[in-house]
Parts: sequence; C-alpha cells; structure tokens
Amino acid sequence: MSASAITRVDGPAIVLRGDDVDTDRIVPARFLKAITFDGLEAACFADDRAEAARAGGVHPFDDPARRSARVLLVESNFGCGSSREHAPQALYRRGIRAIVGRSFAEIFFGNAVAIGLACATVPADAGDALMRAAESDPRAEAVVDLVAREVRLGAIRAPATMPDAARSSLTSGTWDVTGLLLAQYDEVERVAAQLEYLRDFQ
Amino acid sequence: MPETLFRKVWDRHAVRTLANGQTQLYIGLHLIHEVTSPQAFDALAERGWPVKAPHRTFATVDHILPTRSVARPLVDPMAETMTAALERNCRAHGIPLFDPASGNQGIVHVIGPELGLTQPGLTITCGDSHTSTHGAFGAVAFGIGTSQVRDVLASQCLAVSPLRVRRITVTGRLAPGVYAKDVILAIIHTLGVGGGAGFAYEYGGDAIDRMSMDERMTICNMSIEGGARIGYVNPDQTTIDYLRGRRFAPAGDAFDRAAAWWRTLASDAGAPYDDQVTIDAGRLAPMVTWGIDPGQSVPVDAAVPRPDGLAPADRARLAEAAAFMDLTPGRPIAGTRIDVAFIGSCTNGRLSDLREAARVVAGRRVAAHVRALVVPGSQAVAAAAAREGLPDIFQAAGFEWRHAGCSMCLAMNPDRLEGREVCASSSNRNFKGRQGSPTGRTLLMSPAMVAAAAVAGEVVDVRQVALAGASA
Repeated sequence: MSASAITRVDGPAIVLRGDDVDTDRIVPARFLKAITFDGLEAACFADDRAEAARAGGVHPFDDPARRSARVLLVESNFGCGSSREHAPQALYRRGIRAIVGRSFAEIFFGNAVAIGLACATVPADAGDALMRAAESDPRAEAVVDLVAREVRLGAIRAPATMPDAARSSLTSGTWDVTGLLLAQYDEVERVAAQLEYLRDFQ
Repeated sequence: MPETLFRKVWDRHAVRTLANGQTQLYIGLHLIHEVTSPQAFDALAERGWPVKAPHRTFATVDHILPTRSVARPLVDPMAETMTAALERNCRAHGIPLFDPASGNQGIVHVIGPELGLTQPGLTITCGDSHTSTHGAFGAVAFGIGTSQVRDVLASQCLAVSPLRVRRITVTGRLAPGVYAKDVILAIIHTLGVGGGAGFAYEYGGDAIDRMSMDERMTICNMSIEGGARIGYVNPDQTTIDYLRGRRFAPAGDAFDRAAAWWRTLASDAGAPYDDQVTIDAGRLAPMVTWGIDPGQSVPVDAAVPRPDGLAPADRARLAEAAAFMDLTPGRPIAGTRIDVAFIGSCTNGRLSDLREAARVVAGRRVAAHVRALVVPGSQAVAAAAAREGLPDIFQAAGFEWRHAGCSMCLAMNPDRLEGREVCASSSNRNFKGRQGSPTGRTLLMSPAMVAAAAVAGEVVDVRQVALAGASA
C-alpha cells in the first residue's frame, strides 16, 4: 500500500450514538473467521443493525441516505475491547475515512491510523452539535481538516485534536511504518545485542 | 533517579525516535495465533519480506479450535482453512507452532507463561488485546492489530507512543470466596472502562504481593477492560519461583543471573507515577456484572443499580444495558436465572481456577436446566487437572470437560449461546453478542461463582454455597 498524504476528509456524515461502542459490536467475532479482510464492509454493526430492524427502526448504517458517508460521528471510548483490526478495516471498506468523537480506545485508534483512517477528538458540546446537525441533514458535508485541526459541518466549526504522531503520520502520508522500522537496522541490532535476556541468559 | 519498571523496560528497548515523534521499540517476544496473523503474513509476502526474528516468534491455535474434537480436518471448513494457513506460514518462516499434537497447545496467554516464554523485562506483543496478561511477570506486554503484527514480523519492532503510569495499590486480605477476578472487576468498576486510556497500570500493594502468578495474570489480563493497554506487577520471589524449571526459562547458573536481573527491574521506591489509586480489597464481596460492559458490576449481595442521580449519558447507558439484559434496576442480582455456565478463558482458565471451581461443585449436581462446560486454558492445564482428578469431579457434577481453547469467551468455535440464553461466565467480556448469540447475555464472575451458579441454576453468593458445604 503506497500511502499518500491525508490532510482533510470531506463527505457526508453518519451518526452513531452511544459511549463505549466495542469492537465486538463493530464487527462480531463470527466475521473474523477468514484469512483476509475482504468483504468485511458487510459485517459493520451486523448485530446492532438486526436488533434495530427487529425493533422496527433503521440503524444508521442501514439508512439509504447515509450510504455514501465518509465521516463517522461517535461519542466516547469508541472501539473499546478486542484488538481486532477487522473493526477499522470494516469501517474503511464501508467508505468511512474519518471518525470524529470525544475519545477513542487506544488499540482501535492505533489500528485505524495504521490503515489511514483518521480519528479526531472534539469537545463534548461541539461533538453534540455536530451530531445534531448531521442527523437533521443527511446531505450536509462534513470536513475533517487535519491541517487546520478543525471539523466543520454547516455553520459549525469544532476544534479537533489528534496526537501529534498520528496527525503527522497522516498528513505526511507515512502511516505505513514498516519500511521506516527496517531502515538503518544496525541500530536495532545494537539495541538487541545489549538486552540482558538475549545476551546473558541463553 | 528512581524509575518505574515500565520506564526501565521501555528505555532498554527504545531504538530511536521516529520522525513523527513515536519511539521505535524493539519487541523481545512476539506471540501469534490464527485469527490476526494471516493478513500480516500476506502483507510480508506481497513485499517479499522475511520474518525478521522467527526465533523470537511463537505460535499457537486457540480462537477457532473446536473443543469437542480437534481431529483434522476440522469439521468447520473455515476453522480448517485458518489452522492450515497458520501451519503453512509457520513452516515457511521457521516459527515454532504449538498445535494440539505438540501437547503444548492452548490459549496464547496461558501457554506463554507456562512454557516460560513470558519473562520479566521483555517487551511482548500479540495480536490480541489480552496480551496485557503477560505483564503479571513484569513484562511490558500489549495487544496490537494486524498491521502492527506485520510490523513486528517484518522488523521485530513497533512504532509506539509512551504511556503514563498509574499505580494501583491493592491492600487488605481477600475474604474467603473473594478472588482476583473480583478485585479486577472492582477496579474496572471504580476507574471506568475508559479510565485507563493512555496509562499503563502498575498493580502493587500487600494484596497483590500475596497473590500467586495465576491470580496476578487474572488481574493484568483485564487491564484492557479498564481501557489500559498494559498492566503489570513488579517481579518478586513469586515470579522467580514460578519460572524456575520452565521449558524456555534460563537454566542452571543462567537462571540465577536472570533472577538477579529481574529483581533490578522492579519499580524503585520513590519512582514517579502519573497517578495513584488505592483499593481496599479486604472489603470486597464477590462481583457480578449485570450489564453490557465489564465496568457494569455489583457485589453479589447488591441490586442492579437504579438510574437516579446519574449523568444523562450514564443513565442512557444503564437503560440500554438493563433493557438488553432484561434486568430490573433495584432488583437483587442474586437469583438471576442462568442457562449456561462457562469456566475457562485467558482470564480464568488456569489450574488454580479449575481447582477453586471444583471445590464448589464437588459432590453437587449442576441444575437440570443448566448447560455447563469447563474448557481448560491449555493442554498442560488439562493434563495437570487430570492428575488431580478434576475432570471426574466436574463430569460427576454434570459439567462437560472439553479440549483447550478460547471457546465460549468469544464463540468463534461451535461453543456459543443460543437466542436469549444467560451465561454465568468466568471470561472477560459481557459485550452484546460476545458469546455468539446476538441477543445472548453474559454475567461475568469468578470461576467459583460460576460453579455456584451452575449448581443453583441462578446467580448465588458462593460464600453461602461454600458455607453450606462446610456444615453438611
């Protein structure tokens, strides 16, 4: 995967309410029975969507008006639980390119950035305003601006934060780090050679 | 200058600061399994990269393995495909694979320690969030996603940002019937399921000092359920005694040299912590989750919480959980009828867990309406349990005794809840749908509490069951 810089994501938004949305809900474990990530978009919130349908409602991910959403608006501790990268992979394959919320679980956040899926944090009141605005107008375009550190939707401009490391990886197109980790490998070997458990206890 | 164990281990493994400000960290031990590794191996193949350190990489099959029969080919074609892919990848790259034929297969977080692979002072990664388990030995161990599995396979390194350290001091003597599981459930309840974000949790205090390695692993295992990617305990004599004689632990003089080094890694007196919390474990009762995240727990003698006085977001979360669980706020959690009892998982599938559960079920019968199973954490645990006659005790009581694996903790194999079943489970997650049925319900508790619930057919205070047994 050759990475190109991501400085902003714009497109329609989809709103997913609720704190502590875990990765089992984003992708239930039965969809992990595979040796590729292909087709995972169909697994996004599979059980929650069925639950909503049973209750006579429509889950946001089943709403035809949100089919082309590129920005996902969430609440706090999004992506907690299992380390399955299948969760951000599924969202990415569904078309989501940025997630905006109050906070993210750490492993999920790292997995998302590692595939070029931006996760930006906004204050609670701004997040609420963004969600209400997006809910009331499915066609409203959200802009997640990683350079200006801002999320815009209609008249709303919300200050957005992201750890510097993640932001610079995305804006410089260097989130795929394997090559970097292999560079000047003699330095790695020097560190390994000084580790007591590799050097002295064999 | 006094330092924490986290800082000492981190600094020793830091290779350089990357352009984005992250640390390139050398990984001392990489554990892999069949679910999160195949795409990573494919990525290596695409780029023509070898596995950099196959001798620091170890594999097992745990998530998808059926627990009734592991005869090949596996009955589920996709389980067979995933197992075969792992075998192929391990063979191609010279990675040791602990499969059922080896006699050392089991849940990755159970076999790492029991083989002596997990040692103090290592950085350890695995494509599984419960990698925090290995921190019980004073390792810096954390779960990663598949892209990072690729990074470690290719470079034996990761790009990571440092964490802050929260010291959690656990004091007091656990009352009979109260276990490490209850301590960690209480910690998560107190600090919140997202409270550990950005932190490594250091567990210490006299209650932790008295704990066995199995108990410390239970605590560290569920750090991630509190949002902390890493949890650890400083190495001490208990750690050293556990590791002596293990297959991959240093032997002879090298062991003594290693043990001396391990002791130097413990956090120094006066080490700087970013936060400190104290929990009085002497006051704890057995805990039971009533909701849809591991923070939603109550003492077994308490009631499902009422929404009064909660913030709106918390009230919404409580209402969602109570509705999904079909539990009434204000009603006691004890007496909740169960359909299934599951004893196992990387949290509570070790020998000491099975012993405690067996003590409760010995001479009793599982309630007629309850389906009960024990899934040992590893083949070695199963063998050790057999030497003590535990399978007979469980089977005489009406439990099924199964082959080692992750099983019904996440139901990637045929062991799963059906429909709205309620499961008393010794595992780690009570998320909606976690145990295989989208509408299935999970009550997390200690293995002894699961055993007591299996017998009673409903949630019951194990302290009362044990007392009844003593007076009979």
